[in-house]
Formats: sequence, structure tokens, C-alpha cells
Amino acid sequence: MEIDFGFILAQAFSPFNLALALTGVVLGTVIGALPGLSATMAIAVLVPFTFTMDPASGLIMLGAIYTGAIYGGAYAAILVNTPGTPSAIATTFDGYPMAKSGNGDLAMTLATLASVTGGVVGAVLLMTLAPVLAQVALAFHSSEYFWLAILGLTLVASLSSGNVLKGLIGASFGLVLSMIGVAVIGGDTRYTFGSSVLLGGIDIVSALIGLYCIPVLIDMVARPDRHLEPAPLGRGIRFFEALGHCARNAFNLARSSIIGTLVGILPGAGGSIASLVSYSEARRASRHPERFGKGEPGGLLATESANNATVGGGFIPTLVLGIPGTPPDAVILGALLVQGIRIGPELFTQQSGIVYVFMFGLLIATLMMLPVGLLIGRYAYRFIVNTPKALLVPLIAYMTVVGSYAIHANPHDVAIMVIMGVVGWLLGLAGYGPSPIVLGLVLGQIAEQGFMRAYLIGRAQDNFGGQLLFDRPISWGIVALILITLCVPIIRQLRAGARKPKEARP
Amino acid sequence: MVFRKVSLWAAAAAFTFLSGAAMAFPDKPVNYIIPFNPGGESDVSARLQQPFFKKVTGQDVIIQYQAGAGGAQAWSVLNDQPGDGHTIMGTNLPHIVLQPLIQDPGYETDDLTNVYMFHFTPDALIVRADSEFETVQQVIDAAKEAPGQLLAGGSATNSANHIANQLFANETGAELTYIPFTGTGASVPALLGGEVNVLWGYTTIAAGQGDEVRMLAVAQEERHPLFPDVPTFKELGIDMVGGAYRGIAVPKSTPEDIRKELSDIIGKINADPEFIERMEAAGFAMLDVPYEEMDAFMAERKKTYGEIAKQLEAAQ
Repeated sequence: MEIDFGFILAQAFSPFNLALALTGVVLGTVIGALPGLSATMAIAVLVPFTFTMDPASGLIMLGAIYTGAIYGGAYAAILVNTPGTPSAIATTFDGYPMAKSGNGDLAMTLATLASVTGGVVGAVLLMTLAPVLAQVALAFHSSEYFWLAILGLTLVASLSSGNVLKGLIGASFGLVLSMIGVAVIGGDTRYTFGSSVLLGGIDIVSALIGLYCIPVLIDMVARPDRHLEPAPLGRGIRFFEALGHCARNAFNLARSSIIGTLVGILPGAGGSIASLVSYSEARRASRHPERFGKGEPGGLLATESANNATVGGGFIPTLVLGIPGTPPDAVILGALLVQGIRIGPELFTQQSGIVYVFMFGLLIATLMMLPVGLLIGRYAYRFIVNTPKALLVPLIAYMTVVGSYAIHANPHDVAIMVIMGVVGWLLGLAGYGPSPIVLGLVLGQIAEQGFMRAYLIGRAQDNFGGQLLFDRPISWGIVALILITLCVPIIRQLRAGARKPKEARP
Repeated sequence: MVFRKVSLWAAAAAFTFLSGAAMAFPDKPVNYIIPFNPGGESDVSARLQQPFFKKVTGQDVIIQYQAGAGGAQAWSVLNDQPGDGHTIMGTNLPHIVLQPLIQDPGYETDDLTNVYMFHFTPDALIVRADSEFETVQQVIDAAKEAPGQLLAGGSATNSANHIANQLFANETGAELTYIPFTGTGASVPALLGGEVNVLWGYTTIAAGQGDEVRMLAVAQEERHPLFPDVPTFKELGIDMVGGAYRGIAVPKSTPEDIRKELSDIIGKINADPEFIERMEAAGFAMLDVPYEEMDAFMAERKKTYGEIAKQLEAAQ
């Protein structure tokens, strides 16, 4: 089909569509910033409004909300140490320490720049290489998902340096949590203790809110000092300083954006793996790996560019194959179906007009995130810093309850959130961080299902080893990455130990 | 305040009058709870009903999602909702029969008061477009040659797809190893990527995937209008008619006359040619089981699923 780019550009840049993109980005950013309110939910609520628009405009609005919501997740992660979605888990690693030490303004600006970069890379790859890249989604079988999840879990070891044992114990606890409920494969009921409430398992988002947010709230109340160090007045948003960091991290940004796009293409993976893998790659490649986790701009840039790149990446299988790359993509496909548009492979080939208008719209929406994000981010930061704790704590506590209730309109999720919060706080006192637990919970399900399917297929064909690893070249690559991730810190430690034996950690 | 209320009522009354429906019910927007995440077949079919509900009753439908535990989370609290007919919930078969049979999901099948079953997605045996299998018989032959070696993907354990695989084995003697995925979204790439040989899916998958896949047979009484060239299992001598059924249930406390009226409303929507056209274009198959016929329908389904559930449990 001949593609008329003049017409497409005129459509994408029509004032109505531009206004929709702007509205979508603003709405998405605000929704994403509130823990518990997810991109999926925001899109589902707004779907009926798009039925009155023509399909391309509706898609632009939904895409803008989606990309804005993923970006907005960084706000809560940086300012309150609470990832609103699993994709923002790794953003807390360096974002919150930066905010705590008075660099919250810089962190917000960095997150905005990184998100725009990642989003643009994802959108450009979507526009140029989508049909080729869509094949990646098909090349990944169950065994690859298993190894990918194991790769994510090995990050536990590398993320909890000096405290590997505690990290592993936390991750094991997370793995046990991930087993609660009815198993997708096999259908057996596990660890529900006869309660039908636990059949659905522990909801990841309510666990996230509880494990990260409740300890922060308790600390705010328990400690007399300020929750965040305020930035000196009149310092602005430190835009040029942030640009400098980006320039120094140009390679890091590019690598993280590409990792994010590729992982986004995989329907079973998701933003959490994308940002974790790019974070660990950034740390491994850095000359100062010891600074990661203490407020290193490079870490923040890696995670935020990766998770926004998953938006464009996720649309690749969605538009090319009719297979939703992420849960929000599934909602968008459903909306198209209701509008009477044939989704699936035909969408890309026969409706390319709509698809291209949408892709340009997504790109424009991503670029709009820059001014919108810098503006909203500045006020969000000031608000959190300047609001007295006596007001902030009840406000955030209220949001945690609303957010965890809103996931499934279910009071049980609130109870789980509170329980996980108290458990997380107690574990925190003993030196166990929330991230290994959440990683275990998120990745445990992916790992288990991948392994079980590889096992079932291998058993049926009497070739379990081949199915799991030996006949799967992509798995070789992932296993190699796992080995590198595991060995590099050990080698580094040995070298450092050989040089300065007295400074080696106990 | 009083005035505002009165004028609202007046407006509502005028609207009901204008729309030609002189019924007292529904007199305000109806909450339609979908026990799954948005984007799935339950959501899409509810969204397709939405404008027609307004057309028939003059009232809006508000679609809400309460996903969790394969629908069980919502179904277990349905009877706690107000029973004035303004809260309705999507129900799915075989889920609401199999879940209470296999585990304790917090409800019994008979706790759910279904008022209408309005469509189903027929089971379909699907292969890749470049697959060696052109007919169902070739699949049966290959499976008999090497029992258990052929891999059939589907969504989750104890699902409609899992049942279809077992029914197929019972009917033909062809044993395929069933590989459960997390929903149809994950099973389709497994078929396209060659991880499984065949896929137990629905007509909706074939409708979406177009030329990329080939549907070998559908489990309907008659051929699906969207796929006039694809035979039914019955034509091939395999007694398989069924799939995933979707209906609407109300809380137990809902009075008999409102159950009946809701059933009539859904029936009217189901009879709208425009609605039928849209549903069939998306791959759905229409079904009309009104409130009066529900008991007989459910009894028949419970019997079928009960036998299969025993086999599935024994196979583990």
C-alpha cells in the first residue's frame, strides 16, 4: 500500500490531535504519579471517550496517556521511594537517594530527559523497524522467559552488594510469595490456607505500595528530621546540569533505550525486567559501580529511559502481530476491535494510514513530555518538599489505601498492602530491603511458568535439556549474561581484595 | 436540591418516554462488572453491548473491572451487591462450573444467578499458515503415530481450551500434550513462533490473525459466517460443540420480575442485526439462552464439565 506521508503528517499535526496528545500526556503523568493508579486503568477508563473520535485520534490519546503514565511513575519513585508500577522499581534505587540528599530537582529533570529519550528511541524503532523486530516476540519461547527471569533474579545478588545473603533471603521470600494462589500451570492451589481471598495470589502492585511506601511513612513519623532535603531557593530545574549528565551518559542512554525497546517487544516480560537489566548493565559498564544505589545519575537515566522505551517496544507486536506487548496494549487492541477495526497482522499492512498517524502521534506525545514533565515535575517536587510532614503523611497514607483498593476494586488488596507494609518495615529494620522481595514476587511467576512449560514440552518430546537450554541459542546468550552478572562482582572483589586486603568488607 | 432532584426525575422520565421503553426498570445507569482485566473477550463483548443497551433501555451501562483469581474474586462477592437490577456481572463458562469443582473459590456454581447467556467463542483447532497440517485428520494421524508428542497450546490449566483438548482426545483417541499459557495473548505467539504444533483457541483468534493462521475446524453446530470454508467438528464426525460461554448474572436478592426484564433486554440487544454483525465480525458466535431456559442449559453444561473435570484431575 502506498503511504502518503504528507497526509499522515497533516493528520498527526492537526490541532485537534495535538491537543489530544497534550491532554493525554498531562493526564497520564498525573495518574502515573499516584501509586496504584496504573496506565492500564487510566486507559480503560478513557476508552469510551475515544469511541466518539476517529480511530487515529483515539489511538493518539490512549498512546499519550500510556507514555505519560509510565513517565509519571518516576515521580513517586523519586520523591516518596514508592514505585507506582513494577517498571519504576529500579528508579527508586538512585532516584530516592538523590532526593533525600537535596538533589530531587536534578533527579526530576534527569528522569524527564531520560524518559523522553527512551520514548523517542522506542517510537522511532517502532516506526522504522517494527515488522523486523516483531519477530523477536516469536523467537522467545518459554525457556527464554525462564532464563530472562533468572537473569533478573541474579541482579538481587549484584544489587545487594556487601549483603548478598540478605538479598538472597529477601528474594527467596519473594519467590514464596509468588507461589501463593492457583498455579497457572497445573491449577493446584498453594499456600492459601483455605482462604478464597488468597486464590488470586498476592497482587504485585499492592505488595509494591505496601513494601515501599509504608516503611517510608513510618520513618517520616518516627524521625524528627525533614523527609527530603530542600533545594536552595532560586536554583531552578538545573536543566543544563542535567543535560551535562545526559551527555556523559549518552552511550548508557542509547543502550538502555534499546534494551527497553527489545524487552518491551516480549509479551511476557514487561517494564520491570527492562529497567532492571539496563540498570545492571549501566552499573557494570560504569567506572564507578560503587556509586550506584547511592544517588548516581547514570542509574536513574538507565532505568527511566528503559521503561519509557518499552512503550514503543510494546506497540511493535501489538500493531504488527495483533499480540498485545503489555497489559495497556491489550486494552488498546480491545478498543480498536470495538470500533470495528480489524486488529492483527492486517492492521499494519492494510490500515497503515491509521497506524502511521498513530505512530507520529506517539512520537509527538513523547516529545511533549519534555516541557510538560519539566513543569509538572518542578511543582511536584516543591509540593512534596514544602508540605509539612503532618500533612504529607496522612495524604500519602490515604493515597496508598485508595491506590491499592483501585487495582481490582477489592478491599482484600488493601489488607495485603498494609500487611506487606508492616512486614517490609520490620524486615527493613533487620536490614532486608524491599527490592529483592518484590523482584522475587514479580520474576518468580515468570520463571516458574517458563520452566514448567519447558518441562512439559521437554517431557513430551523426551528432550528436556534441549528444550530448556541446549537447543536454544537465545538461551545460551541469556545464560552467558547471567554468568557475567554473577562473576564480575566476585572477580572485582577478588582484585580489590588482592590490592587492598585491609579494606575488604567482612 | 429538591428541585434539582425533581427535574432530574422529570428528565429521566421524559427520556424513558422518548426512547419508547415504558418500563420502570432500569431507571438509572447500570453497573456492569467484568471479572477480568480490560482488553479480553469478556470486555470487548461488553463494550459492544454498551451502546445497544442504551438504545434499548435509554440508560447507560458503566463497565467496571474486578479481575482476580480467574474471575473468582468478583463472583465470590456478587451476592453481596444490591439486588435492584442495577448491578450486573459477566459470567463465564466453563469457569463458574470448573472452579468450584476443583478448588474452593469462595462461591458455588448455584450461587450465581445467570439471567442470560448471550454468546460464546467456539473452540477452534488452529495451526500456523505454513503448517504441514491441512486437515483435522492429519493432526489425528500424527498424534496417533506418536502419542503425546504433538504439542497443543492453550490458555491456562482447567480452562475451556484444556477441556477442548480432553474432549478431542475422548472423541478421536488422538493424544496431544496440552501446554498451558497465561491467556490467549501468550498462547498465540507460542503458535506463531513454533513452540507448539497446534493451538486450542477460539474463532476470535483466527479472526484477528487472518492469513497468519489456518483454522482446521470449529466447535459449532453450523459453520461460522466469518469462516464459510472451515468445517465444524460435527461435519468431520467429531462430536464437539462448545467453547467459552459468556453471560450475565445478578445478585441473588434481585427480584424475579427484574431478572426477567434484564433477560428480555439482553435478548433484544442480541436480536439487533447491527449488534450481531459487529459480534460476528470480531469472531464471536451468537447464543440465546434466556432466563427461563437457564436451568436446563446449566444442568447440561455441569454434566459435561463434571465428567471432563474428573478426567483432567485423573490425568495429573
